Amino acid sequence: MKTVVTGLGVLAPNGVGTEAFWAATLGGASGIAPIARFDASGYPVRLAGELTDFDPAQHIPSRLMSQTDALTQMALAAADWALADAAIDAKRIDPFDMGVVTANSVGGFEFGQHELENLWARGPQYVSAYQCFAWFYAVNTGQISIRHGMRGPTGVVVSEQAGGLDAVGQARRHVRHGTRLLVTGGMEAPLCPWAVAAQIPNGRLSNSGDPARGYRPFDAEAAGYVIGEGGAILIVEEAAAAWERGAPRTYGEIAGYQATFDPRPGAGRPPRLAAAMRGALEDAELRTEDIDVVFADAVGVPELDLAEARAIVELFGRFGVPVTAPKTMTGRLNAGGAALDLALALLTLRDAVIPPTINTAVLAAGCDIDLVTTTRSAPVRNILIAARGYGGFNSAMVVRAAA
Amino acid sequence: MSMSRRRVAITGIGVVAPGEPGTKAFWERITEGRTATRIVRSFDAAPFRSRLAAECEFDPAREGMSPQEVRRMDRSVQFAVTSAREALADSGVEAKDIPPDRTGVVMGTAVGCTLHLDEEYRVLSDGGRKWIVDPEYAPTHMYDYFVPSAMAAEVAWVAGAEGPVSCISTGCTSGIDSVGRACELIGDGIADVMVAGASDAPLSPITYACFDAIKATSNSNDDPDHALRPFDRSRNGFVLGEGGAALVLEDSERAARRGAHIYAEIAGFASRANAYHMTGLRADGQEMAEAIRAALTQARLPAEAIDYVNAHGTATRQNDRHETAAFKTALGHHAYQIPVSSIKAVVGHSLGGIGTIEVAACALAIEHGVIPPTANLNEQDPELDLDYTPLTAREKHMDVVLTVGSGFGGFQSAMLLARPGSWHA
Repeated sequence: MKTVVTGLGVLAPNGVGTEAFWAATLGGASGIAPIARFDASGYPVRLAGELTDFDPAQHIPSRLMSQTDALTQMALAAADWALADAAIDAKRIDPFDMGVVTANSVGGFEFGQHELENLWARGPQYVSAYQCFAWFYAVNTGQISIRHGMRGPTGVVVSEQAGGLDAVGQARRHVRHGTRLLVTGGMEAPLCPWAVAAQIPNGRLSNSGDPARGYRPFDAEAAGYVIGEGGAILIVEEAAAAWERGAPRTYGEIAGYQATFDPRPGAGRPPRLAAAMRGALEDAELRTEDIDVVFADAVGVPELDLAEARAIVELFGRFGVPVTAPKTMTGRLNAGGAALDLALALLTLRDAVIPPTINTAVLAAGCDIDLVTTTRSAPVRNILIAARGYGGFNSAMVVRAAA
Repeated sequence: MSMSRRRVAITGIGVVAPGEPGTKAFWERITEGRTATRIVRSFDAAPFRSRLAAECEFDPAREGMSPQEVRRMDRSVQFAVTSAREALADSGVEAKDIPPDRTGVVMGTAVGCTLHLDEEYRVLSDGGRKWIVDPEYAPTHMYDYFVPSAMAAEVAWVAGAEGPVSCISTGCTSGIDSVGRACELIGDGIADVMVAGASDAPLSPITYACFDAIKATSNSNDDPDHALRPFDRSRNGFVLGEGGAALVLEDSERAARRGAHIYAEIAGFASRANAYHMTGLRADGQEMAEAIRAALTQARLPAEAIDYVNAHGTATRQNDRHETAAFKTALGHHAYQIPVSSIKAVVGHSLGGIGTIEVAACALAIEHGVIPPTANLNEQDPELDLDYTPLTAREKHMDVVLTVGSGFGGFQSAMLLARPGSWHA
């Protein structure tokens, strides 16, 4: 039984909508810029990947606008686009045969900042009744299920960056157990002042003010990552069912998935990203030589880049497989970023062209990988995607061209 | 659906519930119906409509936590780690017995590190004065409070897990869904041992402001012991609680081979959405009924096999009607013949945490042959017509029990626990 992706909805700092995002990415156009959302002049972090081409009011009913964070407005828009892309009319499908599994890491944080401000500056009675569900992590799954009348299996994963793949892995399991279709993916919107301030102490954010140099994974001068907002929503269904209903397109198959966890720091045991990658390959019944390109997690922190490069080398050999990190054009979007990588991998399958990694100029010592730095045409049948979540979460997924 | 799945056994239980921590204290409290609800002590709740809470008598140092662990972990994470340690010790599973790559963790939480987020916001914004908050006031471990996945990471370190580890957050069904997700990983053969649980420590001003705004919580501030009254005609909402629980789950055959004590097996699990409203429930309970039916189908058990139902029991009128209708729809006439009860009157509603606490209560009910009562149920609402087990515990031999959860977002979850040997996967 094959689980395939039949619809995509994408919002990224360098392009809103699948084709705009794809064209920008192939063209090496970055969406990373100095923070413009608020006056960040007093912050040590100066860059972000902000959505600039998205007016949620154009897409979301006003009734929903007042009760949702930007996070949910983005997810609702992307879900609409993904369903339209897949030519799904949700009203014509049994509500219990459609499920929703999404990922995010921090919920609707800007909505939360407003309500915390109301609480502490004005008083409890000024806190919005919507706060109880507008900020919490489950909000996107709930709102998508309500908007489209989907009453089947639900899920919400909050395993930081890795969650973006974990959600799709869970969705695939529901399809395999008989649910007709799943709306899945990840979205993230952590760019209000309170969210940015909360991320700084993880010590992994770039302090650079230069958009062309701020986020350079695997580079000898890598010094952290740039945060950003956006993500992707996907429609997944069983291949034969998609064919039977005349789905307009199949982007590819979710062929393999595995999640692992790193040993406790200081335990003296090796990290487990390579094991996740190997598990995803086994799940897809593929060998390493079948993989045509790896979409890297690419944190941009030297020791983490080195660990990832070593995992890739362990499986594929030195310079043994093309590796790319188009997230250098968007920033690192946590759960949204892993879902965006998945969308990019599916578009890579479609068009047989590998999007580039920008900014990285000189590979760091030990990062012996074939990093794709200019758009590369190549026949592509199988792609491996890696995602690591802060704390030790590793996830890997394999997508395969539809037969 | 007909593929042969490995059965999943509960071999360890750890609970940090309101009152004294520990599984034994929890079981004694809920079977005695000794309510832990009281006026909030952890902060000054005077400005709020509901000033009640079910609080844990939890001292991290007494639970063996080092000062650095206490600093690094939000209270919700401390509950998770403490309950996981108790569950692991209870199971007798030793790290050397299981390959790390076959061990995993799924933790659930509805609102994560809300306590720290509220408190740190207050400082960084200088009491709400600054929209551009001051990052230099952020504590070293701020990011661990920011991403709820820190809870799963900490538990994975305790368990030595290097297999699949994740954190899920489906609101107030998180604690059933995390256990269900862990069962799937064992059932699918991806892991042999899982630590699964959930925890929430939401007793902060922002949470009280939220629930005041929608009037979901009880304002019986003058009678804290009897504030949360599920299925009672005078009920007026729930009391916020805190707490968590963790279970050690194992492939049943493996557990039997090593001679482990098996409390119960998890026979079925399903979640459904109402696609109706973020906080409202349809009175007909159709989606909860559907989740129950799906769990029964998975377990290949008829509705008549169920001996007891652990209800969500939040003591709101819409919840009581909703789940009563769901039980009737899913179980038919059998719904009238079995006891239903809610332990929330005793331990409050700890959002995501309560789901696993209630799964633990069900496992203990099977183990001891005792149904914990619905405390504070003195006069049953006449529009509700099931047997809600008022006030006193009952002895009953139980093979199969059902627990359900219902939460914001419209999520409904159902889980079946069964005595080993009483069912066949």
